Amino acid sequence: MIGLQHYLTLSAILFSLSVAGIFINRRNLILLLMCIELMLLSVNFNFVAFSRYLGDETGQVFVFFILTVAAAEAAIGLAILVVLFRNRRSINVQELDSMKG
Amino acid sequence: MFQTLLFYVFSTVLIAAALGVIFSRNPVHSVMFLVLAFFNSAVLWLLAEAEFLAIVMVLVYVGAVMVLFIFVVMMLDINIEEVSGSLTRYAPLGLIISAIMVFELMQIIWLRGSERFVLEGFASMPEGYSNTKALGAILYTEHVYAFELAAVLLLLAIVAAITLTMRKRPGLKVQDINQQVSVRREDRVRMVKMDAEERQ
Repeated sequence: MIGLQHYLTLSAILFSLSVAGIFINRRNLILLLMCIELMLLSVNFNFVAFSRYLGDETGQVFVFFILTVAAAEAAIGLAILVVLFRNRRSINVQELDSMKG
Repeated sequence: MFQTLLFYVFSTVLIAAALGVIFSRNPVHSVMFLVLAFFNSAVLWLLAEAEFLAIVMVLVYVGAVMVLFIFVVMMLDINIEEVSGSLTRYAPLGLIISAIMVFELMQIIWLRGSERFVLEGFASMPEGYSNTKALGAILYTEHVYAFELAAVLLLLAIVAAITLTMRKRPGLKVQDINQQVSVRREDRVRMVKMDAEERQ
């Protein structure tokens, strides 16, 4: 039977893959945003699995709010990306070093 | 048994899609793989009997957010050759760190967990149970304050996205409403005093 552990395992693999993606793709800002979306998805998997395991719908309400925040984050992040591309003609992360950080 | 098979098939496709997001060279392909990943996770949530969230996932994520991503990727005209030299020097480090994370999480989930909770499927819902109805019943009562905050957050996102990407172009013929409203009579009308002219 498919239970809590299977969903938690899937979410752990997904989260680690997106962390690896953030490490690997250090050239493209839009890929970093996509990896953050994947991370939020794996967190949502945890919420759904525990909500079903405990028989409590509050976890699914939390997933609803996480989806809202992720949509807002994607919209603002892509807007920042567009402005950045308009000013610098590039979205390479390694060129964004004008603040010497 | 059939559900177990479905779970394994869809989770395999989900992980393959996540790998595709990370390793594909073209950003458009990455977005397409991300759409596939979200779709598969929606199906997995359907298998877990979270129907409302699965539908919201397809409608909001695949329908709106991913379309936004595709718009931006195609609008930006990114030089693929410049971007595609993937696998920076941090790549082995990242893979090692993620492998360690997977290993440790497996320890927690499978080894420590086996003492406490036995491996069992989710308890099936009683007949006539509506996931949407149950979610709505607590979303609009217990969590109504958070719901309103989420609405304000979305409004904030709209305002922020518009103000960030709006640009002022010079030479555009627009009305200045403030100037129009605040005009006074002396600015427009000039009283001229002159003698009456003779009839011709």
